[in-house]
Amino acid sequence: MELYQLTAHQLFDKIKSKEITPEQVYSSLSKRIKEAEPKVKAYPRLDGGSSPEEGKGAGIPVSIKDNICTKGNNTECCSRILKGFKPPYDATVITRLKESGMGVFKYKTNMDEFAFGSSTENSCFGPTRNPWNTECVPGGSSGGSAAAVSADEAILALGSDTGGSIRQPASFCGVVGLKPTYGRVSRYGLIAFASSLDQIGPITKDVRDCALLMNIISGYDANDSTSVDTPVPDYTKSLGPDIKGLRIGIPREYFIEGLDKEVEGIIRGAINKLKALGAVEKEVSLPHTEYAVPVYYIIATAEASSNLARFDGVQYGFRAEKKARNIIEMYKSTRGEGFGPEAKRRNLLGTFVLSHGYYDAYYLRALKVRTLIKSDFEKVFSEFDCIVTPTSPTPAFRIGERMEDPLKMYLSDIYTISVNLAGLPAISIPCGFSKSGLPIGLQIMAKPFAEETLFKVAYVYEQATDWHKIKPKI
Amino acid sequence: MPIDKGTVEYVAHLSRIELKDEELQKLSRQLQDILDFIDKLEKAQIQDVPPTSHILPIGNVLREDKVKKSLGSVESLANAPLSEGNFYAVPKIIE
Amino acid sequence: MEYETVIGLEVHLQLNTRTKAFCGCSTEFGNEPNTQVCPVCLGFPGSLPVYNKQALDYAIKVALALNCRVQEFTKFDRKHYYYPDLPKNYQISQYDLPLARKGFLDIYLEGNNKRIGITRVHMEEDAGKLIHRQETSLVDLNRAGVPLLEIVSEPDINSPQEAYEYLTSLKSILEYLDVSDCDMEKGSLRCDANISIREKGVVTLGTKTELKNMNSFKAVKDALAFEVERQRKELAAGNKISQETRLWDPKEQKTITMRTKEEAKDYRYFPEPDLPPFIIKDERVNEILRGIPELPKTKTLRFMKEYGLSEYDAKILVATKNNADYSEERLRQGKNKKSVANWLIGPLSGIASSNNIEISEIKISTGDFLELIELVESKQLISNLRGKEVLAEMFATGKPPALIIQEKNLAQISDEGVLEKEIEEVIEENAKSVEDFKAGKANALMFLVGQVMKKSKGKANPKVVQEMLKGRLSHA
Repeated sequence: MELYQLTAHQLFDKIKSKEITPEQVYSSLSKRIKEAEPKVKAYPRLDGGSSPEEGKGAGIPVSIKDNICTKGNNTECCSRILKGFKPPYDATVITRLKESGMGVFKYKTNMDEFAFGSSTENSCFGPTRNPWNTECVPGGSSGGSAAAVSADEAILALGSDTGGSIRQPASFCGVVGLKPTYGRVSRYGLIAFASSLDQIGPITKDVRDCALLMNIISGYDANDSTSVDTPVPDYTKSLGPDIKGLRIGIPREYFIEGLDKEVEGIIRGAINKLKALGAVEKEVSLPHTEYAVPVYYIIATAEASSNLARFDGVQYGFRAEKKARNIIEMYKSTRGEGFGPEAKRRNLLGTFVLSHGYYDAYYLRALKVRTLIKSDFEKVFSEFDCIVTPTSPTPAFRIGERMEDPLKMYLSDIYTISVNLAGLPAISIPCGFSKSGLPIGLQIMAKPFAEETLFKVAYVYEQATDWHKIKPKI
Repeated sequence: MPIDKGTVEYVAHLSRIELKDEELQKLSRQLQDILDFIDKLEKAQIQDVPPTSHILPIGNVLREDKVKKSLGSVESLANAPLSEGNFYAVPKIIE
Repeated sequence: MEYETVIGLEVHLQLNTRTKAFCGCSTEFGNEPNTQVCPVCLGFPGSLPVYNKQALDYAIKVALALNCRVQEFTKFDRKHYYYPDLPKNYQISQYDLPLARKGFLDIYLEGNNKRIGITRVHMEEDAGKLIHRQETSLVDLNRAGVPLLEIVSEPDINSPQEAYEYLTSLKSILEYLDVSDCDMEKGSLRCDANISIREKGVVTLGTKTELKNMNSFKAVKDALAFEVERQRKELAAGNKISQETRLWDPKEQKTITMRTKEEAKDYRYFPEPDLPPFIIKDERVNEILRGIPELPKTKTLRFMKEYGLSEYDAKILVATKNNADYSEERLRQGKNKKSVANWLIGPLSGIASSNNIEISEIKISTGDFLELIELVESKQLISNLRGKEVLAEMFATGKPPALIIQEKNLAQISDEGVLEKEIEEVIEENAKSVEDFKAGKANALMFLVGQVMKKSKGKANPKVVQEMLKGRLSHA
């Protein structure tokens, strides 16, 4: 077995027992990347000549999504408008990785531009390929991180999740992805998409690695006013022992038309497995589910249009070459040329819903419905330990299939979005394959700061199955 | 809610994004589709429901008035597309 | 046609906290461009704001001093507009739930008290600075992120003079609270004005114009005065007033219209998601209230009552807190309050202004100061004029007055025994003037007094000399 095929915890054990050194891990990984990258394309700025071996001698490297700031290192959100940007500071999660002895991989993973998307097709570098079928998308927006972990081009990775951008690609690529409770992990240094929804989270080969990474990155940060000052438990202590008596809610609104029949079958099978392991399941209702996608696309785009206003060619990134007669012209041509089509769409939509005359009908209304969605969950969690759903209504779709239909693309997020609106933690773990060999993910949601419940359920299920041991043949 | 081309142009101006004609056409259509879809929110019963602007029950987050080290001008200007001495330089602003 | 002027003032105040509103960069003035910056105030991608506790406390303090109702629940909002001195292209400000509302400021004009309403006080961050060149502009973001307070008055001000009074009273209060340098020239206090006129008796407001670019209180007064006249002339000519922003041109002494057509501004306000809201409980408000010193108006009235001062004199002494405290110590211990006030306002202030300092910075002890007054006024050891010289010497050397008088031999001679000789000499030497005086020319007496003063090298007590001469000459 090659080192790059192992999990972080397996590698830690070998390093501890002095069987191997971190340098050897880097070497192995480097070899694998050279081999697989032409097919997977998870690392857009990794060109033929450059070596990915940065931070050799540091511990096991973590691959980082292109929207997390690394000091002195290109961080571009896979957008033309941030081309060449080298932040003068590290995101808090990066500082924590370094302080705990982890390495930080120099070359960032691919993503939908500014995290706008569910397929990584909106990257200015073109899409990453799904390692299980290179004609399919890896999911998005953290498609690069998920594909890299899946193809063993990364030992572990960080992604970000605003409406499902960690969980959905994890599900499409057959790996583990967790979105922490809002406020659990610092957002300082995460290039903001939607400030009230974003979280950074781990994408890993198995649940134990996910817990290890969560231990490192979680916790209060004085630089982030929205980070919460509650202690971080040792999440590895939640790995097991069993889920006897665990109360699971299955929301009926997630099992409706639009859910692929094959996916439904596999999810039901996974739920039955959980029951066999001792859990108790019952149907529940999250009545305002149908409003989640519209609410999300108002709030997220409004906040995005605001967060993206700063990309104007003045201080960093791209400035249009065309000679501008005045600053307004410079702003317009810089943003017109620098933003991709999805970024433009969201900028315009977000600006529209905040504009004078439309604020009440759209933005304010959405904030109120958000309250309703949040209280749906509060009601369920007063009686249940967790909620289980499919992560995505379909397995990975083909590249190009949904690009002409933005609305169809938005609807891929239907099962993940409510979690961000309610600020909850949720994890996606592999639970089977479609007939065509594409992975399918099971999503588990818990109440705020109950990541321990997620780890328990996920770990017990994982250890009772073999999904996490099956690798793509790439 | 119908959205006409003029409104899209105005919104593009508010967002300081220049759009080519074909872009304007395409975006107007797509935005219309999205807004039509979003209109289903009108059915939601929001009477007496307070808005959620902050999902966490926290408040009064403050820091001490203590000076921290700043970036020097070299670091702060390192990414500037155009600079002059210690300043960022931009095309003229019409007042 | 009789018109009434309606003015509202918007003041932006830079708080003198050590650090910026949302980051730990220093707020010091005058350093090299773009050196007091960090990812947060530069608006770099990924950066997040954290609010300055001192700024919040100062804001509450100001709101209370302006008699406002501090809101229990307040939050920040984003205000969007594109400008190169605004790094994020939005300003963190407050929109619908400002820190405080419904206060007032009393101004005292010609013996009358007038209450000017304060609509709101809210917190926000400052933008950077621009230097305009021909084809380009240069951006310095040192100032970006400095904490500001916006204080908006009700349109209760009815003349340029009232506006001036409002600003000086406001500055006085703010100076007492020690929350800002309040310096219009340095930009730590800025003022925009809204002004309209309407026929006397009409209730609806006329069309208002906004005035900007006034760099001193006087400029505000002059700009408003000009604008009142301009609007009056326009209406008289049958024209309508257009709602616009006009800039004050200090060289030409007039308001001018801005060249470009302004578009209606759509700031797209929404609650700032990166900053949780603030709950300000009564205990906190009361704690801050207790820390507010006696404010100028109350102090003025008290000085008038306790020390028998005129409104005019009291106002001068109360103008700054340090001066007021300094003066009060001397007034309290002095016997003749009016004398003490005169010496503070007159000679001592004279020394202060020629040395470009405040009276409170003059290191003359209370004891020495009061002793000097005593030596001049009650003991009449020296004349008033000499007294001023002694004061100057006390400032220069730090020596006590008695010592200076002795060293410089300045003591006034009031001893008739000593003066007799010189008086006799002068009478002998100036026979003509003596005759003139006896003939009824009062001037002649003053001339003779002057001669005695000359002979005594200014040391004779002129009053005593005058009496002695009168007495001497009324006999044969």
